[in-house]
Amino acid sequence: MSITVDVEFSGGLELIMKDKVRQATVSLPATADGKPTTVRQVILYVRDNLVADKPQLFSTENTVRPGVLVMINDSDWEVEGENDYQVQDKDKVLFISTMHGG
Amino acid sequence: MPRVCEICQGAKAILRRPKTGQSICKECFFRVFETEVHNTIVDNKLFRRGDRVGIGASGGKDSTVLAYVMKTLNERYDYGLDLFLLSVDEGISGYRDDSLETVKRNKEQYELPLLIVSYEQLYGWSMDAIVETVGRKNNCTFCGVFRRQALDRGALMLDLDHIVTGHNADDVAETILMNIFRGDIPRLGRCTEIATSGDGYITRSKPFKYAYEKEIVMYAYFRKLDYFSTECTYSPNAYRGYAREFLKDLEAVRPSAILDIIHSGEAMQVASEVKLPSQTSCERCGYISSNRVCKACVLLEGLERGVPQLGIGKSVKKTQDLLAGRTATRSGRAVDVVHFDKLRKHAQEMRHERCTGCTCDTSAPGT
Repeated sequence: MSITVDVEFSGGLELIMKDKVRQATVSLPATADGKPTTVRQVILYVRDNLVADKPQLFSTENTVRPGVLVMINDSDWEVEGENDYQVQDKDKVLFISTMHGG
Repeated sequence: MPRVCEICQGAKAILRRPKTGQSICKECFFRVFETEVHNTIVDNKLFRRGDRVGIGASGGKDSTVLAYVMKTLNERYDYGLDLFLLSVDEGISGYRDDSLETVKRNKEQYELPLLIVSYEQLYGWSMDAIVETVGRKNNCTFCGVFRRQALDRGALMLDLDHIVTGHNADDVAETILMNIFRGDIPRLGRCTEIATSGDGYITRSKPFKYAYEKEIVMYAYFRKLDYFSTECTYSPNAYRGYAREFLKDLEAVRPSAILDIIHSGEAMQVASEVKLPSQTSCERCGYISSNRVCKACVLLEGLERGVPQLGIGKSVKKTQDLLAGRTATRSGRAVDVVHFDKLRKHAQEMRHERCTGCTCDTSAPGT
């Protein structure tokens, strides 16, 4: 069983992705080691497969770098349980960098 | 099981506020965010009815949200302000030209008049041309010094009473840290103030001084505001980068860290025996300066003489003394920089034209 998750990048994060993609659909197993897949696995997948340049701008210590906002289905991930949120099929995860000048 | 808004207890929570830890819904978020900015404006008496207020607009997230919120609050609470968008075109291709396109769209979206002043037009040197001459190492010095003046020049061209900038709580906390680390006491004092009016110059303020960057980005996202986000092509600004990373790490552990740092900065007082540099006017361009020749004029002199190092590093003070009383070198690109007295006089004439049937005295010194 696998699930697909829609990932999107903005706030400048798209610029460090392969081909500067703003959006990608990733396929992940629904469970890992018998446990449901969490958004942390989505982050690690993005870091290992989609980031082309300067991975430290996206991720540090096996999660997003402080200053990157994560929206899960249009909600702040801090309301949804952060790294431990269990991703569902067709979820949309948006990463927004806040580290750029205004 | 979705979490319910801790304010209205009705709608689904979509955001956790870094300031309070509350999880709240979209409508409550809009309301509290806007109300807090309104309270900042009212509590600090930032504006007077009839003020002409320029919004320093870069096309980035902070200034785009600021323009939207200023327009909204001005209408909702009837501040009676005349709002303008004021942008500086540093002349950085692939960066500022794109972000200015965003500002031009904002002009239409928010129906606000827009003035763009460019380094090229004001000084004869675009940042692209400066970088070509000085390289990528010290170009941020030029950009920073020229930008501050450019905004003041633009403000006088529009005869503004006030400039608001999009600096948010994170920016202020970052600047406090940097000024402490550098031991820059005069700047430490100034950077914590919500409004500065530099000796008769146009007042500047930061209505977002207490607004978290996270909330500004979220606000732009939920309101679907059109903003531009790319790093400046030339920006290494490594020092600020470290301060920013440090601050973000602190915030991750303890979200109140940002407001705590601002609070600390505000509470610090400069001992009365510390001598702060006194301010005078630049003898070349009339801009406020702590020396007879201001930093912008020294930098321009360096560019014109082909010795761009002139205004950088420890030698600046010496150079400023050396240039005092001498006429500016104009060999290459530089235009004759318009004197601030002339700009002020023009602003005053505009003011006089706007008021019909008044008896204001045009011979009085400018405001």
